Amino acid sequence: MHVPDGFLDAPTSVATAGFAALGVGLALRGARRELDERTAPMAGLVAAFIFAMQMLNFPVPPSTSGHLLGGALAAVLVGPWTGVLCLSVVLLVQSLMFADGGVTALGTNITLMGVIGVGVGWLVFRGLQRLLPSTPAMVAPAAALGGLLSVPVAAVAFTGLYAVGGEAAVDLSTLLAAMAAWHTLIGIGEAAITALTVASIMTVRPDLVYGARAVLESRELEIRTPADADADTDGSVA
Amino acid sequence: MGAAHGHRLYFHAHSPLHRLPGHCKVLALVTFVLCVVATPSRAYWAFGLHALALVGVLVVSRVPAPFIVKRMVVETPFVVFALLLPFMSTGPRTDVLGLSVSEAGLHAGLTLLCKGTLGVAASLLLAATTEPRDILAGLERLRLPAQLVQIMAFMIRYLDVAGAEMGRMKIARESRGFQAKGLRSWPVVARSGGALFIRSYERGERVHLAMLSRGYAGTMPSLGEVAATRVQWLTAIMLPAVALSISLAAWGVAA
Repeated sequence: MHVPDGFLDAPTSVATAGFAALGVGLALRGARRELDERTAPMAGLVAAFIFAMQMLNFPVPPSTSGHLLGGALAAVLVGPWTGVLCLSVVLLVQSLMFADGGVTALGTNITLMGVIGVGVGWLVFRGLQRLLPSTPAMVAPAAALGGLLSVPVAAVAFTGLYAVGGEAAVDLSTLLAAMAAWHTLIGIGEAAITALTVASIMTVRPDLVYGARAVLESRELEIRTPADADADTDGSVA
Repeated sequence: MGAAHGHRLYFHAHSPLHRLPGHCKVLALVTFVLCVVATPSRAYWAFGLHALALVGVLVVSRVPAPFIVKRMVVETPFVVFALLLPFMSTGPRTDVLGLSVSEAGLHAGLTLLCKGTLGVAASLLLAATTEPRDILAGLERLRLPAQLVQIMAFMIRYLDVAGAEMGRMKIARESRGFQAKGLRSWPVVARSGGALFIRSYERGERVHLAMLSRGYAGTMPSLGEVAATRVQWLTAIMLPAVALSISLAAWGVAA
């Protein structure tokens, strides 16, 4: 999924770098609202977590494998702005220290996986939260759909960039269909891992899930007195 | 912590390339790769010259070639894409080894392969000759927002910790008879992922408190402003300058 050098021509690479810089700049401002002065250590640790999670591979049918991109997962866990920062730093480290994704394609990669991946994941998640009942049990399914859609949307955006700055005369509708179909399969894996991970965190530390804050706050404290408990059990107290 | 010093891609040596300040090398890498990307397609001789220039730098760096070559597997997915391009593309067909492929696609695939390989090799050379803290200091010097440099510093510092944590959970799972097979293993692996997130987040909170107790007020001390001398800049600029002239020559020939 990491775009290498030479995939897109130089002007397109420079343009996406500008877009990515804008997105990261906005995220730097927004993250201060989500994490205040804790931003650096927290986002750094979450970036290390995303990096470790990306090493989990899952099989995609014709005997290949995909790995988690983590855009929707990061957005739901730590908020969209911090999520964009985490993903961008992960991509920066991967390109400079692991040669994974080209240096000139860094802007493209941040645009696709950082800005679009996290953005789509978050918007779908928030949209679903409005539609679905506001209960903690609905957080994981909403995150799953965010993950499911974020991958093919990023792939379609890549096809769009390829149409503008691609080097080969590929039949665009074929490429679009292939990319969308292939990445929908990867999206299903992404959705499953995202949902299962979010669900497991919701059972242990729901307070850490940024996307669940509104749901948790809307819960009302219910105080049960012994009299109520007696009434519940029909007065048959042993 | 049992984490190794430096990172897996760093190759310890004393060469002019190792001694160059990080910001010179990062800037040289980006300009070199930009020149390679801007080289017109089908100019295979130009890619050959670019590769030759890179091999020259490799010799100067004293990094053994197998060290770089072995790590180039990272580009495998794109080799697959580049090999598929001739079959996916449109336009006039031509015969290669008895297969009918698109001529434009064939050249696009080969060009992509050249550019991608040069980019990966150059990035690997940077990683092999620059320690993470020098890359960070270089990025700071190149005026990357301080906040971003800090996040990156924390990520790099705790990368091995998170990786090791995951490794321990894997050992714990497997010593209880778990095998990563099929769909049924996913919830188990994802639960480990959830545990990893909680541990990472809580570690982040502890790190932040430890920093506060040592007087952290939102900014970190500078990573060391290493100024580059004129000679160092001239050394660093050599590779991009060669690449630029190759690229310009290729455009001249193509025109």
